[in-house]
Amino acid sequence: MKRDERTPAGLVGASPHAAAFTITFDGRELPVLPGQSIAAALWAAGILAWRSTRVGGRPRGAFCGIGQCYDCLATVNGRPNRRACLVTARPGDAVTTQEGHGHAGLDT
Amino acid sequence: MPGSTPEAYDVAVLGAGPAGLAGAVTAAELGLSVALLDASDRPGGQFYRHPAPATGATRPEALHHDWAAYADLRDRLAASDVTQLFGHHVWTVTRETAGERWAVHALTGEEDGEDGTHTDVLRDGHGLVPGQRPVTVRARAILLATGSYERHLPFPGWTLPGVVGAGGAQAVLKSGLALPGSRVVVAGSGPLLLAVATSLAAAGAEVPEVVEASGYLGYARRPGALAANPHKLAEAALHGTALLRHRVCLRTRSAVTEAHGTDRVEAVTVSRLDRDWRPVPGTARRVTCDALAVGHGLVPHIDLATALGCATRRAADGTHALALSPLQETSLPGMWAAGETSGIGGAQSARAEGELAAVAIAARLTGERPSPLPRLRALRRRRDRMRAFAETMTAAHAPGPGWTGWLSDDTDVCRCEEVTAGRVREAVADYGARDARTVKLLTRAGMGWCQGRMCGTAVASLTAPATTIPTPPDRRPLATPIPLTTLADLPIPAAEPTGRTDHTDPGGSDDLDDLDGPAGPDGPDGPGDPNPNPHPR
Repeated sequence: MKRDERTPAGLVGASPHAAAFTITFDGRELPVLPGQSIAAALWAAGILAWRSTRVGGRPRGAFCGIGQCYDCLATVNGRPNRRACLVTARPGDAVTTQEGHGHAGLDT
Repeated sequence: MPGSTPEAYDVAVLGAGPAGLAGAVTAAELGLSVALLDASDRPGGQFYRHPAPATGATRPEALHHDWAAYADLRDRLAASDVTQLFGHHVWTVTRETAGERWAVHALTGEEDGEDGTHTDVLRDGHGLVPGQRPVTVRARAILLATGSYERHLPFPGWTLPGVVGAGGAQAVLKSGLALPGSRVVVAGSGPLLLAVATSLAAAGAEVPEVVEASGYLGYARRPGALAANPHKLAEAALHGTALLRHRVCLRTRSAVTEAHGTDRVEAVTVSRLDRDWRPVPGTARRVTCDALAVGHGLVPHIDLATALGCATRRAADGTHALALSPLQETSLPGMWAAGETSGIGGAQSARAEGELAAVAIAARLTGERPSPLPRLRALRRRRDRMRAFAETMTAAHAPGPGWTGWLSDDTDVCRCEEVTAGRVREAVADYGARDARTVKLLTRAGMGWCQGRMCGTAVASLTAPATTIPTPPDRRPLATPIPLTTLADLPIPAAEPTGRTDHTDPGGSDDLDDLDGPAGPDGPDGPGDPNPNPHPR
């Protein structure tokens, strides 16, 4: 199979050793390149927002990409406030949109 | 403490980017015991950020400039006996036993247990944090190489999904091999934009325009700095050629003054700017796109040092950088710094500074003359030459005072706390706030998750006009979020560190008298920071 060099994975000649896998975002299945962060997997699927803000309920996603801005907070496997740009995706991870302060569902 | 390393290293290097890698391998090659800590899972820092091994990338260099320099450092690291502590988030540095030793406090371990087995379970304000554990690394010297993060100037619509940091787009592309959109406008100011546009286009994105708020004439005012650094001209030519090949249009003296869309960006407004970065009426154009990568240069990441009261200097673009001795030592004896922490200068400069700092540390710790001396002198010359260029570069791209004209009163300035420009202006005009700290107390701007890293420049600009006394650097006692239990377990430091201005001559030889001196403003453009006071609270 000829790889398209005009894609990020094609450009760097990516060919994962492990089998490709999926995660879910709000129940929708997404393909993941092994080694990708959750934010990268979401971007690759065309998803740019996975959080709503506490005050205005506005959509947000990754902004700084290096763990400084906290805009990419997501709920991963039921745990809120994970920085999606720093968390490596694992097979079967369930990512859900984080609403507001992200404390919903916690018993604290 | 749980997880403590019993022995003390000669030097702990914080950050494994170009400066930290150069410092760590040089120090190890000079016979020092070295611990290298970085939050990432692998070396490279942001500049040499690259895909995880699991992606099987065979050509990571395709997204990089000067990859050979990284490969050299990576190979030397692999051949060294440097203790490599990746996945370590350093949250503070303290001094122990009357100032003779440093303690570096970090958190490591998976936040989620990889296989569902959680050995350490801690509780913080948000609930359970499985698997993370505190680690303390002790060392006789610190080399701070924590790099920088991106400076952002807000504009209407900048919180829309699809508006991403230029460095953020670059970071996710380099490590995650993903693009934020298929048609990406790149905007802001500084040479990073050219690199970002080049790599986005090479990876398959359409980049209709690079929108640069400055001109490039600023460089011409310092012909000496340019002539001494011909490699920088070559680099610019390389980017220029790549942009031409991808049919990317470079617009100077222009800015994206608004992003449009409801739930994501659909178009941006590009306006011409006057010399002060005020939008010129009647010049607005609409450019359709599905993403905008935007950034206005970089800010030194110096939290760990300012928390200790380290002296700072104002760089040519108004950012706070650490004030260093000619041999890279901070105002705190035993703490050295290299790379972007000493002022934004790029990867080549960072490598020279890291190596220079390592040689200086070795001389101090062994009490011997740095050897060989010619190498030290050559490094200093290279550092000084590149520093001169860096000052020219940051000055040429420094935000003009007119940029606040982009803001409408309902533009969010603080992304975390959703504080608008109108509320900041109200705090200044109606409640008499005269500094960013007062604005923060009145409005919560800068009080959220990122602790003002994204809105700091904007709040300071809206609070104090450019003509008043510059604000002191931000002080953040914790460099990264940590569970409260970790904080509670921290022993109380034996003594508060105090700054010292007389830097010990590394070898006591007449030959070296001119090689070091007190930390202070290290350039004609850097008026000394008026506020290096250690504890203003």
